[in-house]
Amino acid sequence: MSDASGNGHPDGCALVTGASRGIGEAIATALAADGWPVGVNFRSDEQGADRVVAAIEAAGGTAVAAPGDVTDPATADALFTQLEERFGPVLVLVNNAGTRADGLTVQMEDDAWDLVVQTNLSAAFRLTRRAVRTMTRQRFGRIINIASIVGPKANAGQANYAAAKAGLIGFTRTVAVEVARRGVTVNAVAPGLVDTELTEGIPSKFLEAVPARRAGTPEDVAACVRFLASDPAGYVTGTTLTVDGGLSA
Amino acid sequence: MATTVTADQVEKVVYDALAEIGPSRDQLNREATFEELDVDSLDLAEVSQVVEEEFGVTLKGDDVEKLKTVGDALDLILQRATS
Repeated sequence: MSDASGNGHPDGCALVTGASRGIGEAIATALAADGWPVGVNFRSDEQGADRVVAAIEAAGGTAVAAPGDVTDPATADALFTQLEERFGPVLVLVNNAGTRADGLTVQMEDDAWDLVVQTNLSAAFRLTRRAVRTMTRQRFGRIINIASIVGPKANAGQANYAAAKAGLIGFTRTVAVEVARRGVTVNAVAPGLVDTELTEGIPSKFLEAVPARRAGTPEDVAACVRFLASDPAGYVTGTTLTVDGGLSA
Repeated sequence: MATTVTADQVEKVVYDALAEIGPSRDQLNREATFEELDVDSLDLAEVSQVVEEEFGVTLKGDDVEKLKTVGDALDLILQRATS
């Protein structure tokens, strides 16, 4: 096991799903700043991913665009193989790719349910399953699942999203316990209202309920991920770090 | 070719994998149980990965649960690798 990075962990890279914009972009940028070569996964926004890669490289970091729809069961292996060949083992996995398909349960179509559960929960399972195979043998790994305060907390019109995100938190805790003694940590970050395309259209009156009196930024979330991915966070596992300006306090 | 796998090869790969996980080599023999070696399901999952890489033999969770001794594991892997 080498440590050319000098950071106390073996050499390897990070994979951030859904990283062509928004929170994923900020996370990829933050991890690259910490010296991780980063796979910038995207499904359709190739231009966005290329822009993120270029910005990371301009700042002296290393990154590569990593195409793949995480709802496709074959994508996990394809992504990991691409990054392993380029940068070595994936030692940081951030399951960030997410989507919304809101509607009251009484009117929700199966498609809306399935899409959100597949993207926000099942994809994280498949990527995590692939990741821990390598991480446990490297005796180092950091898995960070981007959850939400919706899930632990109700939000009318988002039963699918809430179920997926609450499931993600339960998944996080159990995988954490399974792999803890191999130096692999598994945590979740639960953002509140964050200013991204995904949250466009949320009435400004909701902001009044946030004790911090502002929406979060992608960088607020990325800072939490950056900590959980770091070596000093090695004893933090199975937990959910809420970053919501006090909304759920 | 899977049919060229020998018992000695399987033993070497499995003992190497186990030794990396925890038990010392002098503890390893066919009669040793995984319980007394303090080898649990996560450890066996890791050994299974090594076996898969070396011999192309996939051991599923159900297979591994039934294994009590090192000899059980060696026999199952050899049987799968040569069948």
